[in-house]
Amino acid sequence: MNRLFVYAAVALGLSMTPVKAADEPTEILNVSYDISRELYEQIDKAFTAAYKQEAGKDITVNQSHAGSSKQARSILEGLEADVVTFNQVTDVQVLHDKGDFIPADWQSRLPNNSSPYYSLPAFLVRAGNPKNIKNWDDLVRDDVKVIFPNPKTSGNARYTYLAAYAYALETYKDEAKAQEFVKRLFANVPVFDTGGRAATTTFAERGIGDVLITFEAEVLGTRKQLGEDKYEAVVPPVSLLAEFPVTVVDKVVDKRGSRAIAESYLKFLYSPEGQDILAQNFNRVNDETVKAKYAAQFPETRLITVQDAFGGWSKVTKDHFSEGAILDKVFTKR
Amino acid sequence: MQNAADLVAPAISSQASPRHGKPALRRVHWLLIASAIFLSILFIGVPMLVIFTYAFRGGVAVYFSQITQPATLHAIWLTVLTAIVVVPINMLFGICVAWLVTRFRFPGRRLLITFVEIPFSVSPIVAGVTYLFLYGSQGLLGPLLDSYDIKIMFTVPAIFLVSLFVTSPFVARELIPLMQAQGSEDEEAAITLGATGLQTFFYVTLPNIRWALLYGAVLCNARVMGEFGAVSVVSGAIRGQTNTLPLQIELLFNDYNVTGAFAASSTLALIAVVTLVLKYILERKQTS
Repeated sequence: MNRLFVYAAVALGLSMTPVKAADEPTEILNVSYDISRELYEQIDKAFTAAYKQEAGKDITVNQSHAGSSKQARSILEGLEADVVTFNQVTDVQVLHDKGDFIPADWQSRLPNNSSPYYSLPAFLVRAGNPKNIKNWDDLVRDDVKVIFPNPKTSGNARYTYLAAYAYALETYKDEAKAQEFVKRLFANVPVFDTGGRAATTTFAERGIGDVLITFEAEVLGTRKQLGEDKYEAVVPPVSLLAEFPVTVVDKVVDKRGSRAIAESYLKFLYSPEGQDILAQNFNRVNDETVKAKYAAQFPETRLITVQDAFGGWSKVTKDHFSEGAILDKVFTKR
Repeated sequence: MQNAADLVAPAISSQASPRHGKPALRRVHWLLIASAIFLSILFIGVPMLVIFTYAFRGGVAVYFSQITQPATLHAIWLTVLTAIVVVPINMLFGICVAWLVTRFRFPGRRLLITFVEIPFSVSPIVAGVTYLFLYGSQGLLGPLLDSYDIKIMFTVPAIFLVSLFVTSPFVARELIPLMQAQGSEDEEAAITLGATGLQTFFYVTLPNIRWALLYGAVLCNARVMGEFGAVSVVSGAIRGQTNTLPLQIELLFNDYNVTGAFAASSTLALIAVVTLVLKYILERKQTS
């Protein structure tokens, strides 16, 4: 009994010992989205090795993974992230809007809108593609059942929604017809799961639906995981660019004195070595050599940007995702 | 009247046997037992089986390599550490509260008993969010704490704090009815015979309540180790630092690492089984 108390006291004391910010920190924290754990495990390993060779110093990259909106909130409340690597531009923007943790021009500080890799909504279909699904208009056919999560709760599904909407806008050149199109798409979805993971389970393990829509990186990863003979990946001829924005969190790195390490970490993501790891994990990259190496993995497609189709993220949020906006209209009246 | 007595009897004494009942009642008795067994298998047996089947799907070697991954190992350690810190504090808290409300009469006594039980009725996520609003950078006390460079949220102490809150009623809840039923005669006798307060506590009160106390501690421990909602809000989920076992399981699951997730789950399931066995033993000690 007494010993227990001693342990408890010691444990409490140990864990309360303040972590003093040393002059040169040897640790940085990368706060990331929920399904990037294995990717960043590989990145961190390669980066620490490269950093040791370059600067002769041993450093550790710590990782935190959760939904990126929740992560942004945690950073605003005091989670000391040196860098963020998210899958939603809006979740990074919040760090500027709500707490001035990063400057307004954060997106122009690194190449490609601070997005070292990108992906796009693509299709996973059953072997042989029995329903012959090739493009977005195949998804609204009466004989096709589509699986993707609920766009009200999942950022992944919002991309699917926007991609379908952008496709319809281009094809019909009419807002009303585009809304009609996504309404028909929603009508073909038998179950709306809350997140991408659950939607994959519905499609693969419960065997519901003819096509699963998610990021290409996940389509390819899931196919590899679940059996390449059982599923096929279909990249539609046109889709929406999904950026994976990264930034140094200025307020934190300036306080901790970790800016140099944090910046070289992000630079590493753009290096040939970093880009190769990203591509290995089925993400599209911009480095020409790496691109050529993995060309077979990524079929040609034309990508529409949120900026071009909808006038930017803040406008999309207002027009489509705020309370009572277009998504609410087409989603409830399906 | 006869029927009513028969129906009540099994509830009062577990020794009551269906042999004494009428044939119709006997059938109901067996029907109830059969449905209870069926439901237990369906809702407890099958999921447990699934956990262990998936955990060992890749073989014993794979299982152990999953369990011994540094991040999972650390998560197990952090979860155990949280229990080591939280359970004794809550035992102490439970004894104090139970002592106070069963040995003394004062205005607001009933209100206090209700207050103690609040963490039971509040969803853990509310607890987590409340702590965030109190101690987070944008919270009530955040600016003050920041100015002294004290960090509470997204550290290990934050996990201790919310776990303390969520599990604080367990021990008190077990002790209050027992101490109420026992009354204070034993202690009054001890005091009359010249025992000091501490002597009374260690030689009279503590032996009287020890099994209920341990029982409460076992329940508290199980809850601390399994807590997800509140911890998820305040931990920051930094791998190898503030990721507890339940959070690690979610992470592995989201990562399509089914074997890893179930291997980690199996450790929690084992803890649950141990808890059940302890609970059973303690219940018997308590009633004997």
